[in-house]
Amino acid sequence: MTHFDRSVFSRRQALGLMAACGVSLSTRTMTAQAAAKRSGERPKSLITLWMNGGMSQLETWDPHPGTTSGGETKGTATTVKGLEISDFLPQMAEQMDKVTLIRSMTSLEGDHARGSAFVKTGYRLEPTLVYPALGAIAAYELPDKGVEIPSHVTLGADNNFPRGGYLGNEWDAFRVFNPGRSMTNMKASVSENRMAQRRKGLDFLGEQFTRNRPSADRETLHSETIQRALKMMSSEQLKAFQIDEESAAVKSAYGDTRFGRGCLVARRLVETGVRAVEVCLNGFDTHIDNHNGQKTQADILDPAFATLLQELEQRDLLDSTVVLCISEFGRTPRINAAGGRDHYPNWFSAVVAGGGFQRGLVLGETPGDVSAATTEDRAKRPKPVDPVTVPDLYATIMYSMGIPWEEEFVTPIGRPITYCSGQPMARLLQDDIARSVSSVH
Amino acid sequence: MKPIAIGFAVGVVGLLLWLVIKAGQADPPVALTQDAPDAQQLESSVVRVNEWLRKHWADEGVEPADMADDLIVYRRLSLALHGTIPSLQEISVFRKDTGRDRIERWIVRMLEDDRFADYFAERLERVLVGVEEGQFLIFRRDRLRSWLSDQLKQDRPWPDMVTDLIASEGLWTSDPASNFITAAFVDGEGLDENKLAGRTVRAFLGQRIDCAQCHDHPFDDWKQSDFEGLAAFFGQSRVTPGGVIDRPMEDGAATVYEVVDPGEETGRIVEPQFPFHSEWADSDVNRRQALASWVIHPKNRRFERAISNRIWGLMFGRSWDDPVDDLGHPGDGSQEDLLDVLGGEFRASGGSLKYLIRVIAQSDAFRLRSDVPGADVDTYSDMNFYGAVFPLVRLRPEQMIGSMFQAARVRTIDRNSNLFVRFARFTSENDFLKEYGDADDDELLQQSGTIPQALLRMNGRFTRELTDTELLTTAGQVMRYSGDDESIVQNCFLACLTRLPTAEERTYFTDQLAAVQATRQKSRQGQPEGERESDPDELDHPELPAGELEYSSRQQVVKDMFWLLYNSPGFSWNH
Repeated sequence: MTHFDRSVFSRRQALGLMAACGVSLSTRTMTAQAAAKRSGERPKSLITLWMNGGMSQLETWDPHPGTTSGGETKGTATTVKGLEISDFLPQMAEQMDKVTLIRSMTSLEGDHARGSAFVKTGYRLEPTLVYPALGAIAAYELPDKGVEIPSHVTLGADNNFPRGGYLGNEWDAFRVFNPGRSMTNMKASVSENRMAQRRKGLDFLGEQFTRNRPSADRETLHSETIQRALKMMSSEQLKAFQIDEESAAVKSAYGDTRFGRGCLVARRLVETGVRAVEVCLNGFDTHIDNHNGQKTQADILDPAFATLLQELEQRDLLDSTVVLCISEFGRTPRINAAGGRDHYPNWFSAVVAGGGFQRGLVLGETPGDVSAATTEDRAKRPKPVDPVTVPDLYATIMYSMGIPWEEEFVTPIGRPITYCSGQPMARLLQDDIARSVSSVH
Repeated sequence: MKPIAIGFAVGVVGLLLWLVIKAGQADPPVALTQDAPDAQQLESSVVRVNEWLRKHWADEGVEPADMADDLIVYRRLSLALHGTIPSLQEISVFRKDTGRDRIERWIVRMLEDDRFADYFAERLERVLVGVEEGQFLIFRRDRLRSWLSDQLKQDRPWPDMVTDLIASEGLWTSDPASNFITAAFVDGEGLDENKLAGRTVRAFLGQRIDCAQCHDHPFDDWKQSDFEGLAAFFGQSRVTPGGVIDRPMEDGAATVYEVVDPGEETGRIVEPQFPFHSEWADSDVNRRQALASWVIHPKNRRFERAISNRIWGLMFGRSWDDPVDDLGHPGDGSQEDLLDVLGGEFRASGGSLKYLIRVIAQSDAFRLRSDVPGADVDTYSDMNFYGAVFPLVRLRPEQMIGSMFQAARVRTIDRNSNLFVRFARFTSENDFLKEYGDADDDELLQQSGTIPQALLRMNGRFTRELTDTELLTTAGQVMRYSGDDESIVQNCFLACLTRLPTAEERTYFTDQLAAVQATRQKSRQGQPEGERESDPDELDHPELPAGELEYSSRQQVVKDMFWLLYNSPGFSWNH
């Protein structure tokens, strides 16, 4: 079988597509700081824990017991002095010294589709340009030749999966609906002999088609895509998607849930060199009976997230892996008549760990009084202390991963765009990395 | 029972049977009446388009490719107009039809087929309202689609349809065109006038002014004020329980459209305003009616250029001017480009979409081959750039599943198919699209294939089911009824690729069939008479000596031939 140089293939394909879309990346060069990516270090990966439907900050990372907005949720002490999180998350309480907690994320989008699009890409939805998700950018910018399986993966996602956007649909996340279980469409249902015959037939028909169409192969990439799919089918690395080899103790530590298995698979994928993995936990949209609904979710999240952080640390992977736990928006401080909380983009929480992010940092503060928080007039709503925008957070993540977040390229209508419209926030990063941020700014 | 009753019953059953059989057979389309009022007009339209194309190619110094075989043109037409490849049944009628103007007559027939109206309605729907889910209850995508389908079937003039879409009042159920408006309804905020303005200009005028929502267009002369002025035409529209209406007065005062600038506390009133030629608009009508009249005005060449580029895109899979909705302002008319020519013919036809489709489908550009013997990469790329060779375009997801499903059935799948087949097609299509990935709002955006798509095509359950050699599939019927090996191979190629195999291809597969046959005969000589022939279709066949022979049965060869053809570039690309 022909050897594939993955990076050449991917970039060429993407550039070809960008050209087809009229977008030119060809003049781009890596920025100084990206080129100076700390050589010798393991290239970084990204794991996003996507809390689908809108996680309630008040029942998780930002409880306000005893206030009008707090509801019945109680706080619990954590390994960070003075920091309390919800008592729904006892295992995470033990891990807070490893993470940066941001309680003051802000957004303007209170609709699931628009909110997800914004938080997955860092840009608001636009009718004429589809922005790539953070994971797609990471996979595109930081290719790894040794990886034969997709470098951008989402586990347990619904239809709102991370897209390649203007980078091309081959940067869409590879979707696995039921992680840790057998994969669909991965096995040929015929003997090896027959498969060998099929491959011969494919080559034969491919050659018939490209004859007299000299640029067909390059334009269609038909045979290359098939070759890569075949390579993936027979790759040893596919085992990264399986969890049979893991001990019963490890599996039960993550929790025997789709999300728990997803987090375990995410760890295995990152070990194999996969660049970006999203693990979805669905079911946060608690317009009714928010307290119990969020408790159910937290019971699934807590062991999986805590075990993931511990395992990454034990395996010396935490410094090279950014773990981000985020949601499309938060939930209202006011509890509605059905005991639910509604969509609230005004502030919400995110947790970032690893990859050079600070350990034990808490940023932002939100009011506990509900009366002003949900007034109709958005302009009159109170703001959180130290607000953090999604683009700024993503610029920081891209910076820490060595992705040229600020480089400009030009769309067909002459509009300059960058991977990210924000600026890295030095104070979220550990000192050695933070210093280099301030030196660029 | 009385003999007469029995006779009657037999007669009825017989008649029904005859009708059923008759329904399954298709006759070739009848000859076109040359003296039909539009026949000459159509011919001269095609001549004008061809003259422009020939001059264009000569000016650019490229030689156009040779003319393609009729079968290939037929495949292109079927993909563009019905969203699938033709059935083996249709192909057989087409091949038997040796009358003159074959392609022209078949174009007319395909446009009269319900599959055209249904399929094109979905394409237009995507242009009009995108793929977003929209607001529950007040946005009825299904109603909009069936309305579009009816309009297409009647060939209602495009300017009239657009007027309805922009300006109609009423309920999303009983006045389905109003769904164009309600699609832009945002819960808690009402109608999004910006979205409507952006969409109107993109869909009907082929221009992107969305960026002018926030700032002036970087080089086109769209100003932010132009955008706001257009949005204000939707500023009096309201969605009420009684439907979409325009309210010039609200609470005793004139309804105003306000824009709140970022960082400002209060809004400023924006009056409706056309960016140019406001004299085109009707006066004494409501705001949306005025906008519609301006959009479709005979002198607004953007309107006809936009739809020409769009239909060209749907026919070829790639618009003439790409992207499809970023045309810029038209020239001063001193030098006509292709869209001017097409637009002019379209306008002269009274805005008939079917007419426009016929002109494009009969133009030389649509008939060119997609391969050029002996051409090097540069020559081929140049020809491609100037439209002097038919472009290679990946089938869109809905064309892909439509074609796979059709290839697996000998008979045409349409509204006359039995419910079971139609239901299976519908559910398969939805499941397939979910896994394969549907296109976005702009389905003419060129995308290459992905690995999950290749995996799905190679190993997915759709492929397994559709390559099965059971009785009802094409593979099964081709096996049983084709006759000799050459005919089996030929029918497989016709069913999947709508073309005959080349000599090389024919030999490649007949050799395989012959090899299996020979081995089986040899091994059978030692076997007792009457031993049941097992179907060694799945996985390793224990009796098969490894490495000596790849196939142990003819079924396997045919099955794999289908598998190969499904996975070959000739299947998943329009060419």
